[in-house]
Amino acid sequence: MSGTVKKVDGITKESTQAMIDRTLEAYPEKGRKKRAPHLAPNDPASGSACVRSNRKTVPGVMSARGCAYAGAKGVVWGPIRDMVHVSHGPVGCGWYSWGTRRNLMSGVNGVSSFAMQFTSDFQEKDIVYGGDKKLAVLLREAKELFPLAKGISVLSECPVGLIGDDINAVAKQMSKELDLPIIPCNCEGFRGVSQSLGHHISNDTIRDYVIETREFSEPETPYDIALIGEYNIGGDAWSTKPLLEECGFNVKATWTGDGQMEHIAATHKVKLNVIHCYRSMNYMCKVMEEKYGVPWIELNFFGPTKIKESLRKLAERFDDRIKENVEKVIARYEPRMQEVIEEVRPRLEGKKVMLYVGGLRPRHTVGAYEDLGMTVVGSGYEFAHSDDYDRTAPEMPDATVIYDDASEYELEQFVHDLKPDLVASGIKEKYLFQKMGLPFRQMHSWDYSGPYHGYKGFPIFARDIDMAINSPTWRLVKSPF
Amino acid sequence: MANNLGLTVKPVCDITPEEERRVRAWIDTPEYKEKNFARQALVVNPAHACQPLGAELCAHGFEGTLPFVHGSQGCASYYRSTLNRHFREPAPAVCSAMSEDGAVFGGQNNLHEGLENACALYKPKMVAVFTSCMPEIIGDDLSAFIKNARQKGLLPKDVPSPYANTPSFNGSHVHGYDAMLAAILETLTEGRKVEGRCTGKLNFIAGFDANTGNYREYKRIFEAFGIPYTFLADISESFDSPLDGTYRLYPGGTPLEEAADSINGKATLSVAPYATTRTFTWVKESYSGEHVSMPMPMGIGKTDAFLLKLSELFDKPVPAALKAERGRAVDAMTDSHQYIHGKRFAVYGDSDYLVGYVSFLLEMGAKPVHVLCSKGSKKLEKELDGLLGASPYGKEGKVYMNKDLWHLRSLLVTDPVDALIGDTHGKFAARDAKVPLFRFGFPIFDRVNRHRYPLVGYQGVINMVTEICNKFIDLKDDTSDDRSFEMMR
Repeated sequence: MSGTVKKVDGITKESTQAMIDRTLEAYPEKGRKKRAPHLAPNDPASGSACVRSNRKTVPGVMSARGCAYAGAKGVVWGPIRDMVHVSHGPVGCGWYSWGTRRNLMSGVNGVSSFAMQFTSDFQEKDIVYGGDKKLAVLLREAKELFPLAKGISVLSECPVGLIGDDINAVAKQMSKELDLPIIPCNCEGFRGVSQSLGHHISNDTIRDYVIETREFSEPETPYDIALIGEYNIGGDAWSTKPLLEECGFNVKATWTGDGQMEHIAATHKVKLNVIHCYRSMNYMCKVMEEKYGVPWIELNFFGPTKIKESLRKLAERFDDRIKENVEKVIARYEPRMQEVIEEVRPRLEGKKVMLYVGGLRPRHTVGAYEDLGMTVVGSGYEFAHSDDYDRTAPEMPDATVIYDDASEYELEQFVHDLKPDLVASGIKEKYLFQKMGLPFRQMHSWDYSGPYHGYKGFPIFARDIDMAINSPTWRLVKSPF
Repeated sequence: MANNLGLTVKPVCDITPEEERRVRAWIDTPEYKEKNFARQALVVNPAHACQPLGAELCAHGFEGTLPFVHGSQGCASYYRSTLNRHFREPAPAVCSAMSEDGAVFGGQNNLHEGLENACALYKPKMVAVFTSCMPEIIGDDLSAFIKNARQKGLLPKDVPSPYANTPSFNGSHVHGYDAMLAAILETLTEGRKVEGRCTGKLNFIAGFDANTGNYREYKRIFEAFGIPYTFLADISESFDSPLDGTYRLYPGGTPLEEAADSINGKATLSVAPYATTRTFTWVKESYSGEHVSMPMPMGIGKTDAFLLKLSELFDKPVPAALKAERGRAVDAMTDSHQYIHGKRFAVYGDSDYLVGYVSFLLEMGAKPVHVLCSKGSKKLEKELDGLLGASPYGKEGKVYMNKDLWHLRSLLVTDPVDALIGDTHGKFAARDAKVPLFRFGFPIFDRVNRHRYPLVGYQGVINMVTEICNKFIDLKDDTSDDRSFEMMR
């Protein structure tokens, strides 16, 4: 963001390219050709993507990617707390994604919020005869057993699309019968190349079935905003929402962490959409801008530097009252943040970290690591698009390696070469690197910790990173015999 | 256009605390239970996963074996992350990443490209292919696809590639394990049967068991007997490998050569009569030597039977060390029976585990009241009814077949128990019912090292007794008032 190009000792465009070439040597020719454009040294000055992205996963390479259903259930729809989310199809998809993303919810489970697994549990006969009738029965049962649910999402798994079921027709008919929003979401796992299409499809269903169906009953104010792309992982929204309220905003809806269906449905009435996870929800921000004239702004709540920058950027859109509030809020929290930094920075100064996460954090967390005195020496995404890599280029130091949809083999080779002090990625990568004796933090789930967002989150983030890198257990890895 | 459902635009209306209180009370009533049990289509909180997860677990149990998911890529990530979370270990597996064009043209190109890349990058000694939904629905012919891959040289000649059809809309993780194990054994043993040859070994089959401590316990028992053995699908090193600074892609597993020669074994013993029916049926037709299928050795009686069977098969006496261990386990049970006698339990889990829990509880004088299986057979129901009926402590027990954890919740709140045995997914029901949950099953995402503590054999008895009784004593300490909070328990 600063415009100055960051450098890392020993990393040059040539050294990074040589590392990439060595790694690619192991691939058969076809695989090598496909993978090569996805790996490149960063060029911050260009301000644009240095790698190709959002392409089909190369089979057999051990990609970390999930599917469209994962993007719909796990990311966009699943966190809405007061709806029943039906994993429509066989039992597995819903079971694997049950509670594993850590999008926390308020309310009473099974009564007013539903951190549960609802499925139509397709059997062979449903594949042969179709599942539409079963779906209708299931929807009636859900309404009867969970009467306070504000709506039901029907999230299609692979078989539904393949056998030609018409969940849209069933949803329409049953919405009328039950007088309840029933949202059909054709997010079969085989669609698209990653979770990303699932986000997009889910955004589209919100556009088509949800937005505009509710209106806030209290009078509008100039400070009405919505927090978009905040999923309340480990309680993140319980840090960011109060922070924005402290600045004087009315946060009318949260998309979708700890979210409420009806608040989401009335979001077209807010004055500004504040988006955190651009990748998964930029679509609806653009729709609301075009259709209802609601502008949007991208913010970053990781680490005091970015939080301060973000809050001031946000205040710029509002009057002096907000500007003053924001300065007061910054002044209130900065000393505590400095204390945290003073405590842990001496133990983390100069440590190197490699990132590999979904579609946002590989750029959004760079500043937070830098606040702790660390350097990010490699970054990449599972399912980002070109516009994400454009935004990544200026955040990352010059010539550091950027990887898109990295295979486990590639990550392993890069780690061997770069010898980072910490790898921050997902559960599938975690134990591989820990077996190497390398400290690791899961950056999808905050490794069962959190929140990491906002001023409430940074001390926890700092503690966790310090703990990961400096745990005395790492010193026991090498056996004396 | 918005509002495609044509619903009336309404004001935002939050759920009121009164409504919340009313429904909260209602879902604990017998009336709600009746409605809940009347469900025909909706499944809520199922306690079973789909077939390919089990297939992957099984594949990890063989030396140098790369599990290969033929289907959409998201499936592979789900299985891997589930195993990562349960064991807190790596679970390397690849997939053919089928997408829309696969739906139109079939998955052969993806499978071929995937095999070529996987073999180049991860140099497996065996590739174990299994399917998720998509190829099963479009009708991919795996047999032909793999044959073609070999003809095209995409699969090295010396890399066997067993494959199993493991559709997710049929059976559960347990059946997928069974299908993969059968496929691996059929492939590896092909043409290896030698008339008159006997390895002198025991072939041992544990079925879907995600407790690495159990595997080590079985081995310790065989070694105490001096019985040479081949553990078919040995995941103990794959999912409990040492941390020494080196990542090993294939840290363990049954040696392929041993598995191939297992067809000439002295005896084959399965302790997963429900979880390995397919494999065992095939073994009976194909393998030399004796074939025995018996319950998982959980509890004293079933462990006794297991040791006696080993003794009989190999004509060796039960070692003195194991006899002494039996005495210690019984000692542990009698020492602590007062903390568990008469306590009411709800239990759920995979079929073979369930039989084990019930046997153990009855031996302790505890009462299995609600016995629930998410995916079980008539035969299982009969066996469980038989077990319960034969014990005075089983009289109140009722078996619920093919029910889910939302059914279980209704049982717990309308007919209360003292504790629940299950896995991590039972924690919400246990919390609502305010009873402790013992995580003996799979998966365990929220406690550490549980999978390292065996539940089988006499050692398993000691572990279960210790955990259950100490928890009840903890509860007594936690809930007693100052006057009754005392030194002795």
